[in-house]
Amino acid sequence: MSLLTEEQVMLRDSARGWVKANAPVSAFRRMRDSENPKSFDEATFKSIAEMGWTGVVIPEAYGGSEFGYRSIGVVLEELGRNVVAAPLIGSAVGAASALVLGGTEAQKKAWLPKIAEGTAIAALAIDEGPRYAPDKIALAAKKKGKGYTLSGSKTFVMEGMAADVFVVAARTSGKPGTEKGITLFLIPADATGLSRKGRSLIDSRGYADLTFEGVEVGADAVIGQADAGKALLDKVLDRATAAVAAEQMGLAQQAFDTTIEYMKTRVQFGQLIGSFQALQHRAAYLFTAMQLARPTVDEALQAIDEDRDEVPELVSLAKAAANDFINYATREMIQLHGGIGMTDAHDAGFYLKRARVLEAAFGSSAYHRERYAKIIGM
Amino acid sequence: MNVMVDVEDTRRLEAFRAEAEAWIKANFPESLKSKLEEYYQNMPRYPDGPDWALWKERVRDKGWGTPGWPRDYGGGGLPTPEARIVLQAFTDCSAFNPMIGMGTSLLGPTLLEYGNEEQKKLHLTRVSRGEVRWCQGYSEPGAGSDLAGLQTKAEDKGDHYLVNGQKIWTSGSRFADWCFCLVRTDPKVKQDGISFLLIDMKTPGVEVRPIRTISGESPFSEVFFTDVVVPKENLVGKLNKGWTIAKRLLQFERNATNTARRQLAGDTRPLDVVAKEYIGTDEKGRIADPDLRQRIIKHMMEFRSLKLMQQRMLDETKAGQGPSEFTSVAKNARARIQQEREELLVEIFGQQGLGWGAAGDQFKQEEIDTTRAFFSNKAMTIFSGTTEVQNNIIAKRMLGLLDHQ
Repeated sequence: MSLLTEEQVMLRDSARGWVKANAPVSAFRRMRDSENPKSFDEATFKSIAEMGWTGVVIPEAYGGSEFGYRSIGVVLEELGRNVVAAPLIGSAVGAASALVLGGTEAQKKAWLPKIAEGTAIAALAIDEGPRYAPDKIALAAKKKGKGYTLSGSKTFVMEGMAADVFVVAARTSGKPGTEKGITLFLIPADATGLSRKGRSLIDSRGYADLTFEGVEVGADAVIGQADAGKALLDKVLDRATAAVAAEQMGLAQQAFDTTIEYMKTRVQFGQLIGSFQALQHRAAYLFTAMQLARPTVDEALQAIDEDRDEVPELVSLAKAAANDFINYATREMIQLHGGIGMTDAHDAGFYLKRARVLEAAFGSSAYHRERYAKIIGM
Repeated sequence: MNVMVDVEDTRRLEAFRAEAEAWIKANFPESLKSKLEEYYQNMPRYPDGPDWALWKERVRDKGWGTPGWPRDYGGGGLPTPEARIVLQAFTDCSAFNPMIGMGTSLLGPTLLEYGNEEQKKLHLTRVSRGEVRWCQGYSEPGAGSDLAGLQTKAEDKGDHYLVNGQKIWTSGSRFADWCFCLVRTDPKVKQDGISFLLIDMKTPGVEVRPIRTISGESPFSEVFFTDVVVPKENLVGKLNKGWTIAKRLLQFERNATNTARRQLAGDTRPLDVVAKEYIGTDEKGRIADPDLRQRIIKHMMEFRSLKLMQQRMLDETKAGQGPSEFTSVAKNARARIQQEREELLVEIFGQQGLGWGAAGDQFKQEEIDTTRAFFSNKAMTIFSGTTEVQNNIIAKRMLGLLDHQ
């Protein structure tokens, strides 16, 4: 069953209303131009937290609403439509999922309520190079007494500059590429030996590279099972990936809508350009492709809520579909806008830029097609 | 949302599903089990044999060939959810609906909306009982994508219409008893000069000439009308108002295309399974040709997206609404992806995918059938409105893009 529940429809409508009133694209533009070091507007994020969207996947016992992943997807889509910058995916979906699924009671109590109320920001530290490759994690965590010492680096950590705490995927044994030996750690941003450096990306959000130089943590920093964290990591990544796909569909929907609107107003050769059949068919192909992509994302989020066995393959299907579609939609957006789409004054560039960043985040289409193929045994 | 009612509904429908499946299993003749493809190949003619007749008779008495139609018209009189369950149960029990054809899927739903009481009583009952096969007199040599340019004329001769002209690509007309036909009743205007007429194929002056296609089969024919006398009561709706009815029927047709099984002829196994058999595997157990493997993965994922999209549309129309312009989106997607599947299959087979003629020592039945389907399904992007016509519909009716002003 892939349709929204009444509750989710209400959530969508309230998100839509909120974005219109509080965070139109012009607000993002102002934030970008202000060179805000956190790369999101604090007041906007505070308002997002007050709406309860930071607690959508967090259980009520820890201050959330536990509406689930389909529900956060609905919110992320609406925010995505207006390129709203807020630390939601890394913190309220990615890191929160790691704690909900694998955290100890003490870890949950310490961080989930703060994440839910927006007073703390958590981030997922996974990548170690230019590509998403969670199978090749190398950052070393050596056993020292009852605890561990971490040495190595993480790259492109989403919302990494604003984060108060990191969920870090490290290797406690084995070689990069082997399944056994992965452990997840919960490490505060102010831990001794941990430093971070901002990275400017085209989408003007906050990314950080992290360096671990003999960062010492206790056994209580381990999330889930030490040395056998691959299954938990996969689950966390599937949830974050599906959330990214939801934002992508919102972004894509708006890129499409804006383009169609432009076709209905721009006049050339004495005619609306939308009345030319060559362009009408491009719009129709684009629309058809969107109808094929959208249900894959909804289905993946729904499957997560229902904890189905097919979550991994559905998430890979969804991410590949969303990647391919947003890539196509933003290329068409620029082309069909013509020269105006090339200017910084127009919003089209924001969509193109955010699109390419999200395509690379949590896996390209090639990555996810290969993963899908492996899962189904081809 | 009233959760209790939903739960009760679900229980009731599940009980009905079990009942329907039990009935089908108990009544579907064992000998017809593997005849599904043969049946579809023969469409729209009713196949022969006592078991065919028996199965038809049993389904007829239950009204389950048209489970959602009123009992007064020979249907099952079931509400939409139950009717859908019956149709699904045929498939799930490896059986099939013996009444299915253009009468059940195209003319019937259209007559239910536009026919008068006498027409519904007469024609729907015959369709429900499997007594009459219908064909569709739409396209003409000069009116394909530009369907409204059709020229077959029906002149008012007082107590009857006199029909003259030619139809083409008329599927199943060789075996059809009746034809629902678009005719020109006013030559001065285009869409507003078209009427929707029901013609008995046995009327003197009707001639059918089969067309041999690139697949070697003749699924459709040309139909010639020479001074064909048609009674006035066979006009559906008002004179010159047939175009609206014609378009509605096309929506039903696209919808039927989206759910049709006929296109799955040939090798129906998943592509990766077929590829491993024909091409072999590498040291990691993957399809040995890496380029083809990538394209197969991409295709299989898109096929799954298509299934999810179709499910979504089904869920959205569950409220009992008929098909909408969304059928154009689904038709284009389905047709393209289906054709890609056959292009890939023929490539996977290598030269085994290029056989012509009967299966035997050199070519397997599945290979020959796949190659035939590869050819015949090239029609998928052409029939019931080409991809380009569907794109016009999507652009204009769904996206609100205008014509030149």
